[in-house]
Amino acid sequence: MKKLLLGNAAVARGAYEAGVKVVSSYPGTPSTEITENMVQYENLHVEWAPNEKVAAEVAIGASIRGARAMSCMKHVGLNVMADPIFTVSYIGATGGLVFCVADDPGMHSSQNEQDSRHYAKAAKIPMLEPSDSAECKEFTKMAFAISEEYDTPVFIRLSTRVSHSQSLVELCEPEEVSLKPYEKNIPKHVMMPAMAKGRHVVVEERTKKLLALAETDTFNKIENNGSRIGVITSGVSYEYAKEALGDSVNYLKLGMVYPLPEKLILDFAKNVDTLWCIEELDPVFEEHIRALGVAVKGKEYFTLLGEYSQNMIREAVAGVKLPSIAPADIPARPPVMCAGCPHRGTFYVLKKLGVTVSGDIGCYTLGAVAPLQAVDTTICMGASVSAAHGMSCAGGEETNKKLVSVIGDSTFIHSGITGLIDIVYNKGNNTVIILDNSITGMTGHQDNPTTGKTIRGEATKQVNLLALCRAVGVERVRVEDPFDLVGFEKAVKEELAADEPSVIIAQRPCALLKGVKYSGYCAVDSDACRGCKMCMKLGCPAISFKDGKAVIDRNQCNGCSLCTSVCHFGAIRKEEK
Amino acid sequence: MQKNIMIVGVGGQGTLLASRILGNLLTSRGYDVKVSEVHGMSQRGGSVVTYVKYGDKIYSPIIDKGEADIILAFERLEALRALPYLKEGGVMIVNDRAVDPMPVITGAAVYPEGILEELAKHAKLTALDALALAEGVGSGKAVNVVLIGVLAKNTDIPKEEWEKTIRETVPPKFLEINLAAFEKGYAQ
Repeated sequence: MKKLLLGNAAVARGAYEAGVKVVSSYPGTPSTEITENMVQYENLHVEWAPNEKVAAEVAIGASIRGARAMSCMKHVGLNVMADPIFTVSYIGATGGLVFCVADDPGMHSSQNEQDSRHYAKAAKIPMLEPSDSAECKEFTKMAFAISEEYDTPVFIRLSTRVSHSQSLVELCEPEEVSLKPYEKNIPKHVMMPAMAKGRHVVVEERTKKLLALAETDTFNKIENNGSRIGVITSGVSYEYAKEALGDSVNYLKLGMVYPLPEKLILDFAKNVDTLWCIEELDPVFEEHIRALGVAVKGKEYFTLLGEYSQNMIREAVAGVKLPSIAPADIPARPPVMCAGCPHRGTFYVLKKLGVTVSGDIGCYTLGAVAPLQAVDTTICMGASVSAAHGMSCAGGEETNKKLVSVIGDSTFIHSGITGLIDIVYNKGNNTVIILDNSITGMTGHQDNPTTGKTIRGEATKQVNLLALCRAVGVERVRVEDPFDLVGFEKAVKEELAADEPSVIIAQRPCALLKGVKYSGYCAVDSDACRGCKMCMKLGCPAISFKDGKAVIDRNQCNGCSLCTSVCHFGAIRKEEK
Repeated sequence: MQKNIMIVGVGGQGTLLASRILGNLLTSRGYDVKVSEVHGMSQRGGSVVTYVKYGDKIYSPIIDKGEADIILAFERLEALRALPYLKEGGVMIVNDRAVDPMPVITGAAVYPEGILEELAKHAKLTALDALALAEGVGSGKAVNVVLIGVLAKNTDIPKEEWEKTIRETVPPKFLEINLAAFEKGYAQ
């Protein structure tokens, strides 16, 4: 039966059909739905880990114990898990071990657009790259098989357009894969210098064998259309090229993007006059092809930035420009914090106080956009806490008294807690605000260790943020409601004034959570409205300004009523539906 | 044969159900189908775009400028933003409703006037107040199915097949309202 499946759902299906037993991941766009889709399958363990490093190590442990295991992450999540990845390359895989990484060219929902292919080469781990959902499923199954046959972890590399597009997939029955017996094997599993030296030899030998596999047509396929123009490409770029150029050129479609098949590339290049390399992000193939002494057209025609498309390829390779209607100069529509978002209260207060805000990764990064523009820095998961400590170390008390960190509940568990320990241990006195909205918001509502539920929705122990912060040595920890603007402002002022580290847990659930229901909606009494625009400072998408008065769109308002507390004239009232 | 349909709107407007109905219908007709959308930050009240492509064999999951046969817009400004993607003379179906983006709310930009006139210069335009029609059949949330009804009218796929897919896709509780909403759109 053929089914329309998201690329991510197809990877999940492939893992299921391959008999995967353990899947551990941390959510991250565009990879999140892979792990979410594992939940529909029984008889396997699936979990959200606190961060990608933990997730990778869980999968590695499962592989050592003899089960097929997988961990999925976004590109920047791969940085977090890099430490175990480089070493498990030496250990290899007992049960098939697959790491599925999703890049985000164009940065639809990311802080950089790094190219994960560099990791494959650096860690000496083979990498497969599917270009549609059918290949997502097939390559995932093959990744498990290669992993066991070659005793290696295997990367699957996706990109946003492969992860988040649906195409047809043939479903199969799952394989019966039994747990391999556990064998104590110190030279293979204990990576101390003496053993690791031996394993490095094995890794180099393995790469040669994998190169031989790459030279076959298992993953890397030549489509000879009798043209004198050749295109070497992979992933979604292959789909763009096929749409743009059809059968007018020859293709070498790379399904294995590390190690690269040298003989195949040379054979392919020999039979064409012009060779193009079409790859999003970095010139990984291109540099390799050039190193083989082959002339190739690549990044001098194609950008290093963002996503490609069929039009770009049509224009560069075929010199054809499709007619299109000129775009109008119109207002952008950037993402905003939702109506009713609990973070709005926090940022309103922080902006009012004029403090420097060391920000983090999540919906609350949107606190940096107009009109709030409250966030000063965003680097990576957890950096809000540690970077603020660094700012304080550099700028002294003067900096410290006007500086807060803001970090979400899930992000705090991910890697904020270590920064907090650093502050306490090294005698800092920063103020950290944990935005506890009871869920991992930006990636689409995943449970985490602070929500009290597992990925399968089962009740579990819940990390007590208050007790956790106290346990690492923060004595000033308080819970506040970010919609109590007066109380929240007072709390921030008091904690900034304190001569010791402090944590404010800003607690209010995400407005999009099912259980969150405010009654009615807010409305402006236009006779009472003086047009002072105080309510506009909230940056609520439901409030706009027409003919000198504030107006609230009933269809967008969720009734949170935060705006009623900023209006000095009582012009905003709650109305029942 | 290949048809390219773009669905555009504002994050949170419910474009997802529309693309699900389309995807299911086209798959059941035996076409090769690709449906592409972007998740994550852009869903938070930003511009959202879904590409639905079907035909004998579909490669690229996205629709580029000048390639869309039909654009289904849940909001006026988003219709104008998507216009360069329409083939000259293609079909544009617009929910005649404005949602101010944040730059307009903050006063940094002005919501453009005369959008429908501009669209009509380039497209076979159907503009309708889908919200009013949806509320007329009992739920403002059925805007997406009203628009699907207009879309159905602009394709050569039999009406019964659309209705069958709606029956199979929406929860039974909302079936009556959705079928009525589809009918309203189809009658446009």
